Amino acid sequence: MAGSGNEKLIVNGKRLDGRKLNEMRPISIKSGVIPSADGSAEFKIGDTIAIAGVYGPRKMHPRRLQDSTKAYLNVIYTMDSFATTERNRPGPSRRSKEISMVMKNALSEAIILEKYPNAKIDVFVEVINANAGTRTAAINAASIALADAGIEMKDLVTSIAAGKINGKIALDLFQPEDNFGEGDLPIAIMPRNEKITLMQFDGNLTKKEFKEAMELCKKGCKELYKMQKKAIVKRFKEQGGAE
Amino acid sequence: MEKEYTALRKHIEELLKKNIRIDGRKKDEIREIKIETDYISAANGSARIRIGETEVIVGVKLDVGEPFPDSGEEGTLIVSAEMTPIADYEFEPGPPREDAIELSRVVDRAIRESKFLDTKKLCIKKDEKVWMVFIDAVILNNDGNLFDACQLGAVTALRTALFPKYDKKEDKVNHKEKTKNKIALNDKVTPIMTTFAKIGNEIILDPTKEEETVADAEMHIAIANGEICAIQKSKEGFFKEEEIYNIIDSAIKLEKEKLKIIKKN
Repeated sequence: MAGSGNEKLIVNGKRLDGRKLNEMRPISIKSGVIPSADGSAEFKIGDTIAIAGVYGPRKMHPRRLQDSTKAYLNVIYTMDSFATTERNRPGPSRRSKEISMVMKNALSEAIILEKYPNAKIDVFVEVINANAGTRTAAINAASIALADAGIEMKDLVTSIAAGKINGKIALDLFQPEDNFGEGDLPIAIMPRNEKITLMQFDGNLTKKEFKEAMELCKKGCKELYKMQKKAIVKRFKEQGGAE
Repeated sequence: MEKEYTALRKHIEELLKKNIRIDGRKKDEIREIKIETDYISAANGSARIRIGETEVIVGVKLDVGEPFPDSGEEGTLIVSAEMTPIADYEFEPGPPREDAIELSRVVDRAIRESKFLDTKKLCIKKDEKVWMVFIDAVILNNDGNLFDACQLGAVTALRTALFPKYDKKEDKVNHKEKTKNKIALNDKVTPIMTTFAKIGNEIILDPTKEEETVADAEMHIAIANGEICAIQKSKEGFFKEEEIYNIIDSAIKLEKEKLKIIKKN
């Protein structure tokens, strides 16, 4: 949040891309996009595109890292070099390592890892086009890909961010709002029991504003939950599964 | 290992039911904080922080360099944290692991987002020369809650930091000679981080290493002047909405208490 709050981000009550404050960008979800993977999904929100591929459960190598009580979850988030306006140096950065870690922390609670002792579950997410909200898009894609892989889960994980732009709380920031806004609160929720498994924030918010942002995120996640389930049902039908 | 963990977790949980911690504290009690400043004469600013038995040393180094292309009028801030093997039998030598990266990035966020450090006043010549502020934290002993210790160390070290002599004509920094000029800080928005750990359904303040080992999730919250400036949920567990609101209230309350400790130094 490099923003000073001076940039005009709301004009005549509308955001620069014409959205209302509580509106998300157009979303499309497609499951089963990578035939080689055990499960996969492409999650698009506005211009941000994340593709997740899941491999496993498979044997954990090296063997000394095997856990006889549960599976090891490995999550790798990659921002592709061409995904940003200025070329992004390929390879893991401090940023991508942190995001991989918080993604793993966001997804673990939902997966019944105890079902797969000694195994490893790999989740790879490529952000191929970035227009803010890449970690939340990556989590949504990963969650659907895990379900597509048939991995036993307690619930899906839905993720979205709310932020502050020109002193107002808005849902799903896009790039100019992320650059010039006054705060960004990405969260992930397992909707069934409203478990919050990811929360990060940078910027400045009063407690009241924080509550408002939480409400918006919860609303966004509810909508996402429906879309995620729909995408999964569609995929199973395509594969000839019973309804 | 698994057995040890289960036994420790059970023990801690049973104590918590009686509102007792493994070290005798109450759930909402923080450990004693000790601050020594100007500990490192070679650094421009420094602080040695003790939170119970957790010990961290933070040094601030100032140098002149180029600004980032998208913020040519601002000095740069670079925070790093080293989990050196001296501090914990589980820490390994080598490049920072993901937990050390997370630690330094969250401390960075708290300092940056609060606007405590006035980076605009670190500009020497627009788009060409700015002061670079390096904050390096070295963990000397890990007994949990490294986030609060490193963040407090960063803030107190910045408060004591003095510029080295800089020759504009020659474009040279004389690191041997310190001036009496302090870094421009916005005292009003001093960021204060507080860490909470969740074990089962209990939430505790300022966790020790043993408590962190068995914790399901942690929440690190930085408050500046009563407002939230940074949050990071860590570990694999979850929080409920109400728990987060209580955590925020508690962090806002503690901000003032901790500020008093800082201002004594």
